[in-house]
Amino acid sequence: MAKRTPPEISGGSMADIAFMLLIFFLVATTMDIDSGIMRVLPPPIPDDAEPPPPIKERNVFVVLVNKNNQLLVEGEPISIKQLKDKAKEFILNPQDKKDLPDKKDVDIPYFGKSRVSKGIISLQTDRGTSYETYIAVTNELITAGNEIRNDVAMKKFGKLYKDITKDKRNAIRKYVPVPISEAEPKNIGGD
Amino acid sequence: MSKFRRKGKGGMPAVSTASLPDIVFMLLFFFMVSTVMRETELKISVNVPKATEVKKLERKSLVSYIYVGSPRRSYVALYGTEPRIQLNDQFAKISDIQDYISAERDARDEKEVPLMTTSLKVDGYTRMGIVTDIKQELRKCNALKINYSTRKGTK
Repeated sequence: MAKRTPPEISGGSMADIAFMLLIFFLVATTMDIDSGIMRVLPPPIPDDAEPPPPIKERNVFVVLVNKNNQLLVEGEPISIKQLKDKAKEFILNPQDKKDLPDKKDVDIPYFGKSRVSKGIISLQTDRGTSYETYIAVTNELITAGNEIRNDVAMKKFGKLYKDITKDKRNAIRKYVPVPISEAEPKNIGGD
Repeated sequence: MSKFRRKGKGGMPAVSTASLPDIVFMLLFFFMVSTVMRETELKISVNVPKATEVKKLERKSLVSYIYVGSPRRSYVALYGTEPRIQLNDQFAKISDIQDYISAERDARDEKEVPLMTTSLKVDGYTRMGIVTDIKQELRKCNALKINYSTRKGTK
């Protein structure tokens, strides 16, 4: 019996098949990279925990947002555009004003003994506040912190905050702490 | 002189298409590798707000998602227009979050549990009440790393 060689398969349609697959993946691809504001929630408070020691009034930067998305910062209504500068002034307290936060002496690598602000930003929102406003306010507060850190990094290391090593970043983080505390939920200004 | 002229006489030679499949395959592999298939079908419409201080979410395998928004049009008759929570493929209640987080943890390696992040994809028009409830619920089950999903850009 003569052995018949099977006919060769034409490779001409390979491109068509590959094109079909390609088009499928092109259509199915979503190129969006998930990004967002990273936050860390405070750990849950056990029921038998002692109440925390009281914080001096000058050390707290109170930001209230009501259900109409209006801001009340340190007792005065302001617009969201003014928030960043207010927060920066609070964190830095350049003139050591009596009504802005106290400072304590801390030993920090790269900086040596330095005076660090004791200030805490307290953000309280109503249940009726819109999420958009909340994000905008949080964003402004984080921007304030980041701008200060950028300035410090520029002055100290001659580079932007994001371009320096992790050690240095941690040092700056200690030098410019921007703790944002979100109060336990409660209703501000009624339902 | 005529040497050169003769060469160009026979018209343009046809471009060989033999390497076409290779090129197409190259593109195909690129898209295959970079494709992320959508795992959940959204039953709510989520239009996340914009922010400037955004960070990229790294290690997608360690991220669990919580969606909040108004139900899509086809679900309005059943679920109304009030913002609802969606976990995986279905609408959920606030009390389901703890179960969801523990299920997500069980699916991962024990070592990676502390690195897990919860991404909150919340519609901009949602009221804070529901978001606060979710955050309290996450605190109760110690899922403290969260990420408010936002688009990059100024308002």
